[in-house]
Amino acid sequence: MTFFLQQLVSGLAAGGAYASLALALVLIYSAMGLINFAQGEFAMFATFIAWTLLVYLHVPYVLAFVLAIAFAMAGAAAIERLIVRPFERGPQLGVVIVTLALLSIVNGAAGFIWGYIPRAFPTPFPQSPVVVAGVYISIQDLGVIGVSMISLGLIYLLFNRTKLGLAMRTAALYPDSARLLGVSVGGMLAIGWALASGVGAISGIMLAPTLFLEPNMMQQVVIYAFAAAVLGGIESPLGAVVGGLLLGVVLAMVGAYVPALADLRLAVALLLIVGMLVVRPSGLLGQVHTRRV
Amino acid sequence: MAPARTQVRVPGSRPSLAMLGFLAVMAVVAVAAPFLVAGYEALNLSYALIFAIAILGLNILTGYSGQITLGHGAFLAIGAYASAIAQQKMGLNFLLTIPLAGVVCGLLGFAFGFPALRLEGIYLALATFALAVAAPTVLKKPEGITGGVKGIILPPVTSPTTLLTDDQFFYMICLSVAAVCFLLAWNILGGRTGRAFRAIRDGDIAAVSFGVNLASYKTLAFAISAFLAGIAGALYGIATGFVSADAYPFQLSILLLVGAVIGGLGTLEGALLGGFFSWYLPRFSQQALKNINTQLANAAPTVTQGVLLLVVMFVARQGIAGLIRSNIHRLRYPVQRDDGAPGDEPPPEQTGPL
Repeated sequence: MTFFLQQLVSGLAAGGAYASLALALVLIYSAMGLINFAQGEFAMFATFIAWTLLVYLHVPYVLAFVLAIAFAMAGAAAIERLIVRPFERGPQLGVVIVTLALLSIVNGAAGFIWGYIPRAFPTPFPQSPVVVAGVYISIQDLGVIGVSMISLGLIYLLFNRTKLGLAMRTAALYPDSARLLGVSVGGMLAIGWALASGVGAISGIMLAPTLFLEPNMMQQVVIYAFAAAVLGGIESPLGAVVGGLLLGVVLAMVGAYVPALADLRLAVALLLIVGMLVVRPSGLLGQVHTRRV
Repeated sequence: MAPARTQVRVPGSRPSLAMLGFLAVMAVVAVAAPFLVAGYEALNLSYALIFAIAILGLNILTGYSGQITLGHGAFLAIGAYASAIAQQKMGLNFLLTIPLAGVVCGLLGFAFGFPALRLEGIYLALATFALAVAAPTVLKKPEGITGGVKGIILPPVTSPTTLLTDDQFFYMICLSVAAVCFLLAWNILGGRTGRAFRAIRDGDIAAVSFGVNLASYKTLAFAISAFLAGIAGALYGIATGFVSADAYPFQLSILLLVGAVIGGLGTLEGALLGGFFSWYLPRFSQQALKNINTQLANAAPTVTQGVLLLVVMFVARQGIAGLIRSNIHRLRYPVQRDDGAPGDEPPPEQTGPL
């Protein structure tokens, strides 16, 4: 039982990080109907920025965290404005290719600047575990869960309790009406990209201490995030969070109890993606759309 | 007198005399090439042809039938394993394993085509992306069959004649296989099937109302595409002499897509150009920067492919093939002369996946 609970906590911690990245994907998908294949690379790059601030410039952790997220947000907004914009209304293949190009460029740029050697990433949380009723729980895991949940909560409040959030939702759902009401739809999309990149960066920074930092760090994580987003419903932010946590726990349990499948976690994610898309494309918490043919 | 109205040239239509002449010259160049370059370069040319076959397959699926795939590399890996296992466990001659790998992959592609029927556009991209990332870990798993992390070592190809070096002999095999594949594609795409593919790509509802069976043509496109990927994978494995899942990372799938886009999606010559691009581009960009900075050189292939992809998307969405086509057309039918002579044709409306 204690083993189970420990796995549960570490699963939830990984799941929290998947949930953040999945939320990033969902934010962009629900605003623009496109999937940003470079989302994981954006997160990786921001994590490298945080690493540079922490290790080279000895900036305090909280400040480095905030600065890296700010960098990720500004960078993503600029990329949306300058590069993605001309392709938004075109065929989907065009947008897919553009985000893949971004994936290559950001990945290569990180490789050029920081190299391909995996690096240890500092964590602000104490290494010693706490013991609750005989169960050893790592504070690192609890901290990751806490940070993920706080950031996801803030996103929720932003969308549901602020004027900006209302404008963003209007711009996504009814772009024409939004324009008539004086909402800058283009600006809202850029803010959407910025927010997505921000939560993605949190995911990267939270995962880096356990995964080790290198340019390909997020490549598997982004598949888990896709799986989480599809599981919960790619248009449902709440679904992304639930899907991420669920996936984190499932993968932790698979790793712990079915060792034969431990190397096949990616395949589990793939089956989940294909299976969900075939059986219930709208996900667990999404709304069903219908289209003929 | 006004020139005869030009037809939009589609694969399979009767080629013009100029086109036939050009193809004949190309064939001579292709056969002569391995004798004109330094010995080891013949192997590089072979790799470029192998990539061209792979991109041809990707092009049929994405460029012609409009189904986005980011998982083409997975089928290459399966083809390579199929060929290697048939050679190692069943003792088949390597030449026989090439069509075998094609058939194995074709069947698997056909099977994958069924769930893919329910996935549209971006969802299909997502599923195939996951396939590309997951494939290497899955293929490594059954160690008894695939050799796990160690992979499978294949005997080198030896030339049966003293007239050709081993590399030149292998090049001739690749050239023949590529020629057959492109000819097959030309025939398939020019006929009823090709029209059905393009109709589905340009508007599936319209295609259905014209009597195109969406499900069978979409899965057929998957099968043909995977068949070609299997053949390319088998050749790739034989060329490397070593089959290991790590040689087929998801970056390979992206590299193939890059080649297809830069060459020109939805054209046959684009697939050929793309093969050369995706094989030589990473090497050239790495080589060019090696003396300046190793770290820069290691990152160069990824960055250049991304930047080139963006450049193509911004300035020439039809790729190099599209640029060549529109320039040939411009030479033939110059735009409005000053004397206002009639009969100049406007460039044909190019339809394509982008």
